[in-house]
Amino acid sequence: MAGEKAPAEKKPAKKKAGEKKVEQKPSQKAAGDKKKRVKKYHASRNPVLARGIGRYSRSAMYARKALYKRKYTAPETKIEKKKKETPRATITKPVGGDKNGGSRVVKIRKMPRYYPTEDVPRKLLSHGKKPFCEHRRRLRASITPGTVLILLTGRHRGKRVVFLKQLDTGLLLVTGPLVVNRVPLRRAHQKFVIATSTKIDLTGVKIPKHLTDSYFKKKRLRKPKHQEGEIFDTEKEKYELTEQRKADQKAVDSQILARIKKVPQLRGYLRSTFCLSNGVYPHKLVF
Amino acid sequence: VFKRFVEIGRVAFISFGPHAGKLVAIVDVIDQNRALVDGPCSGVRRQAMPFKCMQLTDFVLKFPHSARQKCVRLAWEKENINEKWSATRWAKKIEAREKKAKMTDFDRYKVMKAKKMRNRIIKHEMKKLQRMASKKGKKPEKAVKPGKAKKAEKAPKAKKPEKALKAQKAQK
Repeated sequence: MAGEKAPAEKKPAKKKAGEKKVEQKPSQKAAGDKKKRVKKYHASRNPVLARGIGRYSRSAMYARKALYKRKYTAPETKIEKKKKETPRATITKPVGGDKNGGSRVVKIRKMPRYYPTEDVPRKLLSHGKKPFCEHRRRLRASITPGTVLILLTGRHRGKRVVFLKQLDTGLLLVTGPLVVNRVPLRRAHQKFVIATSTKIDLTGVKIPKHLTDSYFKKKRLRKPKHQEGEIFDTEKEKYELTEQRKADQKAVDSQILARIKKVPQLRGYLRSTFCLSNGVYPHKLVF
Repeated sequence: VFKRFVEIGRVAFISFGPHAGKLVAIVDVIDQNRALVDGPCSGVRRQAMPFKCMQLTDFVLKFPHSARQKCVRLAWEKENINEKWSATRWAKKIEAREKKAKMTDFDRYKVMKAKKMRNRIIKHEMKKLQRMASKKGKKPEKAVKPGKAKKAEKAPKAKKPEKALKAQKAQK
């Protein structure tokens, strides 16, 4: 009772003290700030009896702080928006046939039709494992456009060939030229090639942009229609020379041949093949 | 039997070691195996060097034993050892060996072509002589002709392919 009265007295006093709220008179606000609403916080309404122990209980404090009229909710706009954007769960599709009702309501996302008896174990996180298309392509410093390369593998092994550019997959685009040593526009692998120090000046030589990896890739027909007898016939094993290849070859070679003619003996050099003989050791040769 | 001796002023060629390939003058003998050596004009500091890594050349300089570097340099430049050395066959062989090692693939091709052409010309001339000799039978002229003709051959030969060889090496 005495205790109740005491708070009753304290209440009005504190109310007065406490009403320094947002809408209040400018004189009570911090000096000069009329635009900024300085929120002054009330001192603790829960007198301390001992350290860590307050006079009033949780529920009493709820009442004292008037939280019943201070219920705030977070701004709902985004949630409302997201709620509105739930994807369509079903779709109505027309159905044919007589006396069928004309349409059915079909679920768009259906339940799985099979659950495996043993779940696949979760894979551990791996790091730095990139797919081939994201690999970093490198090119040896000794290989620049116009370098004469010696092919070491393939049907053109031993032939000396002019390097044009590196393609997206990292393979080197190379040409004989065709009239010199019968090597067409072709791809070569960097690792199976010796780069010589002989270089042809290819400034101003324009290589058509459609010469990419997909242009050179081997084509495979894959529509056997499950007839095993005909599979081996339909797959192209013979390479057929197309007109486009001829045109491209001509376009590139004509530019290069002009440069080759300027250097004495270079044409003969490109015509010759590389070979080792007695007393010739590759590790001692300067290419 | 021995023509080149280790003496003060003898110019030596260093065959192996950190100063391989340089010329040096023997200034003094330290003991049985080492000499005090100095190469002011070839970038070798005055130091002790074992005889084993030195190969004696034909050149001898005149300076007293333990002469200082200035004297050695004067004597060296007076005799013009650097030029004399590069004129010797020894130095030329070394240079040729170096050039051969540095030959690129293209150079090797060019040399091959030049050699081939040269050999063809030689063979052609030889065959000509042989034919002439066999036609005319065994006459004393035969002994004289091939000798003279060979010398005449080598002159035209020398022009074409030698020029080509030299031109390539000069290009490098």
